[in-house]
Amino acid sequence: MKIKIPVAKAKEIARLHALRLSESTIAKKQATNNFLTDIADVILFITHLVKETFSRRFELREFLHQCFLIGYKTLPLISVTGTIMGFVLTIQSRPVLVRFGAETILPGMVAVSLIREMGPVITALICAGKVASGMGAELGSMKVTEQIEAMEVSSTHPMRFLVVTRVLAATLMIPLLILYADGLGILGSWIGANIKGDVSFILFFSQAFSHIGFIDLLPAVVKSFFFGAVIGLVGCYKGYNAGRGTESVGKAANSAVVLASLIVLIVDMIAVQITDMLAK
Amino acid sequence: MKTENTENTEPILVDSIKKTPRVPVIEINNLYKSFGTLDVLKNLSLKLYEGENLVVLGKSGSGKSVLIKCIVGLLPSDSGSIQVFNQNVLDLDRSGIDKIRQKIGFLFQSGALYDSMTVRENLEFPLKRMKEQLNQKDIDKKIIEALENVGLPDVINKMPSQLSGGMRKRISLARTIVVDPKIILYDEPTTGLDPVTSDEISLLINQVQKKYKASSIIITHDIECARMTADRLIMIQDGEVYKEGTLNSFEKSTDPLIKAFFK
Repeated sequence: MKIKIPVAKAKEIARLHALRLSESTIAKKQATNNFLTDIADVILFITHLVKETFSRRFELREFLHQCFLIGYKTLPLISVTGTIMGFVLTIQSRPVLVRFGAETILPGMVAVSLIREMGPVITALICAGKVASGMGAELGSMKVTEQIEAMEVSSTHPMRFLVVTRVLAATLMIPLLILYADGLGILGSWIGANIKGDVSFILFFSQAFSHIGFIDLLPAVVKSFFFGAVIGLVGCYKGYNAGRGTESVGKAANSAVVLASLIVLIVDMIAVQITDMLAK
Repeated sequence: MKTENTENTEPILVDSIKKTPRVPVIEINNLYKSFGTLDVLKNLSLKLYEGENLVVLGKSGSGKSVLIKCIVGLLPSDSGSIQVFNQNVLDLDRSGIDKIRQKIGFLFQSGALYDSMTVRENLEFPLKRMKEQLNQKDIDKKIIEALENVGLPDVINKMPSQLSGGMRKRISLARTIVVDPKIILYDEPTTGLDPVTSDEISLLINQVQKKYKASSIIITHDIECARMTADRLIMIQDGEVYKEGTLNSFEKSTDPLIKAFFK
């Protein structure tokens, strides 16, 4: 059976359909434009940051203050997580190694795992949660309460005072925190090994360090600097470009953690590939 | 009330009229500013004369705050000119704007005190950057003086979070005047304050004008503040100057829009 639709109604349906299509096209165009604008914003932000980093006047006092906040204030958290990291890794690995009669390589295996991968990545993810979100929230609230503008009218470059100092402090302090976490991880591993055994502290550490070579340490340290830079950069970018309302402070902090964690994992994946290629 | 009883829409100051030629410290001509498709300022022109308090009235969203942010270069203007001490802000590079900003104090609507710093550090911050020639002893002296001028010398070591709204506004004013600005821009100085504190802030604005011989633009929709501080008023409507004149001419106006403000 054929359904007859009046011409006027058919035209109206066609018009509405076309309207929906055009709305959808406009929305897609808008989304593309927004994405491109975001990319351009990031490039401009990084360009501005690099320019200000090498400017004549460096805010040394603020840089040292940020080093203290990022480094010293994060120590308790990193101490606990670093120790737990090594402890848990030992407890989980030990039964498997015992099954294969390879219990003696436990200190070396844990040390290599911690230094090459677990230490840098887990510490960086924890720092993304604490440092990047802190920066996002702090700069976001400064933006909302006009503190950044107040700085600008005081002839102070907010980018130099707030962003450069934080990014550099994160780039410097996060690798140190990672090395510290690695050390405590090995200590945690020794504690874990002593739950079901009796290994002397010196023997455990000498065994652990005998398995670590320059090729383990160098890539880990290099990528730690990138992790630090990413965490500082993302935290500051999200905070500095927060919207106007108080809601945007929460959004800035939240998106700083998510984006920083994601980029840390991507950087890690790239670093592993590069290390693997260089090792061949 | 600071103004003479006159219907003349030409700007007239009580103290300086007729005797000395008035020198504009800020001269804005044909200023345009838009955000996307929204035109906020349209062909706006005004002058701020030396030593006067110019009150800018207008409804929310009429472009008052945008105007003063354009003056200090916090927002870039689309076209027109903003002459501050005979220098066009729109033609200046970053260092040029920084030099102009050293002569301009800006009191933000929210106070904008740095949360992570004490009151002393808040006042030290602009001083160390704008008056680099000062030693620590001079800096301390200026901080104490500024705090005494706003009546709060005892809160020097407190954090902004420990202060009330009115106190924060006063400290913010102290931070503005500590660098001896020649021009002060007030962005809604009495917003969010009770009537008593609002009056105190308005009186402080007058005291600062007398003591520092500063010229001021006061953005407000608080008529009591306007009554207490204005030498001259301008009303902005839809991004343009709607009316300019003395307080008296505004109060006697039969224009419904102005009457709505002064009822």
